[in-house]
Amino acid sequence: MSRRVLVTGLGTFWGGRVAQALEADPTVDVIVGLDTTEPTVELERTEYVRVDANYSILSRIVKATAVDTIVHTFLVMDPTQITARAMHEINVIGTMNLFAAASAAGSTVRNVVVKSATLVYGCTPQDPTWFREDAVPSEPLHSPVERSLDQVEAYVRDFAEDNPHVNVSLLRFANVIGQEIVTPLTRALQLPMVPSILGFDPRFQFVHEDDVIRSILYVLGHNLPGIYNVAGDGLLPWSEVARICGKRTFPLPPFVSPLMLLPARLAGLVDLPEEYLTLLRYGRGVDNRRLQRAGFDYRYTSAQAVRAFVEASRLRQTVGDHLPSYRYERDVEQFFRHSPAVIGNTPNPAEEPR
Amino acid sequence: MHVRAEPEPEIPEELRQSDVDEWGRSEQMRSLARRVYDPVYKHWFRAEWEGLDKIPTEGGALLVANHAGAIPSDAPVIMHGIETELGRPVYGLADYFFRKAPVLGTMWSRLGGVAAHPDNAERLLREQQQLVLVFPEGTKGPSKRYSERYHLRRFGRGGFVEIAMRAGVPVIPIAVVGAEESMPVVARLPNVARAVGLPYLPITANMLALGPLGVAGYFPAKFKLRVLDPVNFDTEPGRERYSRSRVMDESENIRNLIQQALFDMLKKRRSVWFG
Repeated sequence: MSRRVLVTGLGTFWGGRVAQALEADPTVDVIVGLDTTEPTVELERTEYVRVDANYSILSRIVKATAVDTIVHTFLVMDPTQITARAMHEINVIGTMNLFAAASAAGSTVRNVVVKSATLVYGCTPQDPTWFREDAVPSEPLHSPVERSLDQVEAYVRDFAEDNPHVNVSLLRFANVIGQEIVTPLTRALQLPMVPSILGFDPRFQFVHEDDVIRSILYVLGHNLPGIYNVAGDGLLPWSEVARICGKRTFPLPPFVSPLMLLPARLAGLVDLPEEYLTLLRYGRGVDNRRLQRAGFDYRYTSAQAVRAFVEASRLRQTVGDHLPSYRYERDVEQFFRHSPAVIGNTPNPAEEPR
Repeated sequence: MHVRAEPEPEIPEELRQSDVDEWGRSEQMRSLARRVYDPVYKHWFRAEWEGLDKIPTEGGALLVANHAGAIPSDAPVIMHGIETELGRPVYGLADYFFRKAPVLGTMWSRLGGVAAHPDNAERLLREQQQLVLVFPEGTKGPSKRYSERYHLRRFGRGGFVEIAMRAGVPVIPIAVVGAEESMPVVARLPNVARAVGLPYLPITANMLALGPLGVAGYFPAKFKLRVLDPVNFDTEPGRERYSRSRVMDESENIRNLIQQALFDMLKKRRSVWFG
């Protein structure tokens, strides 16, 4: 069965790496990537379309390309890089438009994979040690990023309910770590001393970025509708995470609030949003066995993921950015993809824009 | 659709830097605590067990005991006793209130405390076949006044029975004598407690007698612990819900067993301090 895939968030780590992996799959005919920014990884045959943050032209793209699979990775989880309003536009309004386009009359969409995060479980002292997929937050969610993801998931649920013929998979990722991705936690772990909260040493769970990409491809390949937690085995105390990174912790006062950290944030020292401050108090674990029962094998445990992150950052410190850097040049990309001068560009009706 | 066949990345070997388990318990911390606590257990409380052989050396079981003393002294005695005698860990379920307290919460967790969430209890008992200790009276036990000593409070809503049924493990009742006198509550300050966010705030005889030292200084009451016969349920494990009347009957039955054992032990007790 040949596939036509739409990847949102092509300019992010997630979308770029998924598109790269899909390119290697001969059964995938067409890959269309959407983003507001240009891709940062080299792509051979993915078509990049620049869109605005909330995808107002999306229904035209979905119709014109007749995609059967949507991989929705363009969801912002890091509130330090973006205002709450912009995050709402991207996450909630973007998802709303995406599903509106996918459920339009005559839609060819049959598979949808959405990236969410375990942030939707919230983080309170009442929480169970391990959240299962059917758990509800112990307290109403209040941070902007948690709330926006919750609304995104509501759209996903509605879409799945209204379109029973579509395989809708919702993946909730724990703290992602690895050689490329930058999150509030990886930034905290790269500081000379790792911030912690005095008197608290909660347990953290991590998932390696390779397992993230592999899990997205796995659910795509095996048509696994439903909600799945994606997280490495095992929980690590935050102090141990710091120790694996070869760092000491710097305890912040127990009553620390985002407001108190404002001067440190403005000085560029430490930037920990609200939900990460609660995470540094209570931690969060999720039960990852549902995806394992569906046949997925994790390559990294939580501890191994942290170790891989440390080794990658050591290498970067020594030799600089060792990953091949890439800049998207529209004309060059158009030439390689569509010029008859490039050998191998035999006209393929499936790949021609309609 | 195929997933690209990538070369297997070289996976760095598992390198944990501490022995903190998924529940936050650390055997190293626990063994240090046992070394520190052993003289208290042996020479201060002079704990004496009866029927310790009724606690299984393997397989899950839910230990249920009466709860007393303003800062309950029974939990450490039970956990210490079983861990030293049987050589297997005991996880103590308690109110999530502990998790909110800096330092104390972390210590409590390292020493085997787990927040009393049904999911936690089920995973510990059913999947990991551990020993789990719970005080169904909750904070109503330790906050009661000295004049009400050894009168068991309501056993919650019978949640512990439901957990044991779901996990398919027996409930093992334990009657504890001595905790009440180790830190008697003479008065309570509910308004102050509410204002500072504590579940209860007692004035103890220890505080009156010892001043500030009395906050953590126990009187040397003699501890006697009696393990009662395990209560097994013939219900099918793993069900979402169990008959409410059955759960409440079993809960009341276990409460009665402990209450009767306590009365029996108190009948035989000649002295609070010497047993």
